[in-house]
Amino acid sequence: MNAVRDSPSPIVVIRNGGLDLFGRRLAPGAIVAWTALFLGGVVMVMPFVYMLATSFKYNNEIYELSLLPREPTLDNYRRLFEKSGFPRWFLNSLLVGASTTTSVLLFDSLVGYTLAKFRFRGRSIVFVAILSTLMIPTEMLVLPWYSMARTFGWLDTYWGIAFPGLMTGFGAFLMKQFFEGVPDDLLDAARLDGLNEFQVWWQVALPLVTPALSALAIFTFLGNWTAFLWPLIVTTDRALYTLPVGLASFSGEFQTEWEMVMTGASVATLPTLAVFILLQKYIIRGIMLAGLKA
Amino acid sequence: MNTRGHGPTIGQRRAIWAWGFLALPIAFYVGVRFYPTIEAFYASFTNWNIVGRKDFIGLGNYLRIAHDPSFWKVMGNTFAYLGLGVSISLFLSFIVAYFLDKVRIGHGVLRALYFIPHLTTAVAMAWVWRWFYQPVPVGVFNVWLVELGLAQQPFLRSTEQALPAVLAPAIWAGIGFQIVIFLAGLKAIPRSYYEAAEIDGAGPWRILFEVTMPLLRPTIVFLVVTSSIAYLRIFDYVYAMTSGQGGPLDATKPLVLKIFETAFAHFDMGYAAAQTVILFVILLAISLAQLRLLRSR
Repeated sequence: MNAVRDSPSPIVVIRNGGLDLFGRRLAPGAIVAWTALFLGGVVMVMPFVYMLATSFKYNNEIYELSLLPREPTLDNYRRLFEKSGFPRWFLNSLLVGASTTTSVLLFDSLVGYTLAKFRFRGRSIVFVAILSTLMIPTEMLVLPWYSMARTFGWLDTYWGIAFPGLMTGFGAFLMKQFFEGVPDDLLDAARLDGLNEFQVWWQVALPLVTPALSALAIFTFLGNWTAFLWPLIVTTDRALYTLPVGLASFSGEFQTEWEMVMTGASVATLPTLAVFILLQKYIIRGIMLAGLKA
Repeated sequence: MNTRGHGPTIGQRRAIWAWGFLALPIAFYVGVRFYPTIEAFYASFTNWNIVGRKDFIGLGNYLRIAHDPSFWKVMGNTFAYLGLGVSISLFLSFIVAYFLDKVRIGHGVLRALYFIPHLTTAVAMAWVWRWFYQPVPVGVFNVWLVELGLAQQPFLRSTEQALPAVLAPAIWAGIGFQIVIFLAGLKAIPRSYYEAAEIDGAGPWRILFEVTMPLLRPTIVFLVVTSSIAYLRIFDYVYAMTSGQGGPLDATKPLVLKIFETAFAHFDMGYAAAQTVILFVILLAISLAQLRLLRSR
């Protein structure tokens, strides 16, 4: 919420009028700084540009480091999807990401709502306990998770990849903060209308926190899409690999075919880029919110 | 408890709903967070090797750590990632954010250019950078060096250059997040502070050091802590750029890769658990230091 209030005011530009990059008169220093920022930004996206450009090149062209392919081709993409585990890995990532995100949205918001809107003995203990899980590093938990998955036969299963992330302390905390902003009167009115507690949460409270839910959804999905350590540990069957694990195993198959490696990297990256371009506003605001809360 | 009425009161009925809502989450947190944590601590005092029994060996694993030169090599690497990563990334991201904060034209586009690398899959970008580091004629960096008339560099193949070469993409991917947080912090500083300082005749450097920096303190503490934690746990880039080896000759191997190897290549789970406890203690110390730093104001 703070991020909204403090957003840069367009008034500054109008007041000073004219060409104004820095909120004051256009000094030569301002032009230099703007150009430097722009060039720095171009350098930042160079790896993507090279990656994408190369994914559209034939093998005989990759040593020419030109940015535009002479004869752009989708051949690499076709080969990638025909001759490697990529389509399967892509689906695995999508499936694990979607189901984990659904679970996180459901349970984290339920926990956040309960902790924000119910008064009962033991509430603060539950809250502190859940918050304290944020301090436990994943690296420590993967050993017991592995032996658990081994005991119950969850190795090389979707459930095995997904189960550690089905709920998050961070999400519960975030949702609690947002549910606290929902007026109690509204919930009481719904109760008087005869809704039970579950319906009050589902039909009245949840729709009021959709901005928070969408931010949580984006971060959970992206986090799962890029997750590496645990999927690497829990899967040995190539058919169960997620995209990052599959990509890491890639060197064997296409040893020196860098155009194929770049195509694989592009396929792994393009969905996150698409999400960013579509939802940039929510992502930046979400990160600023998290930063300001801390 | 309240015994006035017949059956549960409204308050009691609410409490029942609340525990009903929390039942599954509590089972999850106990089974997938707390119990495994206790198990990891306990395992660090045993010779557990996944198939065999868990025999209690007291501080055996910790004594082994103390006399394991490869552990200390790895700790050295980890703190090199931490020290270089935090200082370089915060320096760069502050400079970018400081100027970006003043830009009105193209602000959103510029910010997006810097932020995009943050959303990428580390393993995918590790390949791109690995490709850049290849010798002539494959790798761009060496091609440029040769065109400038300079000598080719071994990058990932050299024990001296490999660690910075692995760190570079991690910094590249991380600064977008730091820039966005710095921008939020900078925006939260009221303009009147700057105006007052300007009226007092303070130059841009004095304003930077006497107004901006002190007011940004909470933001800086937050970023130092979050990025320290991130660099202490560095794994994806190292694994993907060194084919899981942390080489050459362990020159790039961080603590988490050592834990991964100990546990899942040698199945020396007890010893790996002791190493995770050390990681946990370091992370806990950093978080406690953060609380301390934010309170003492």
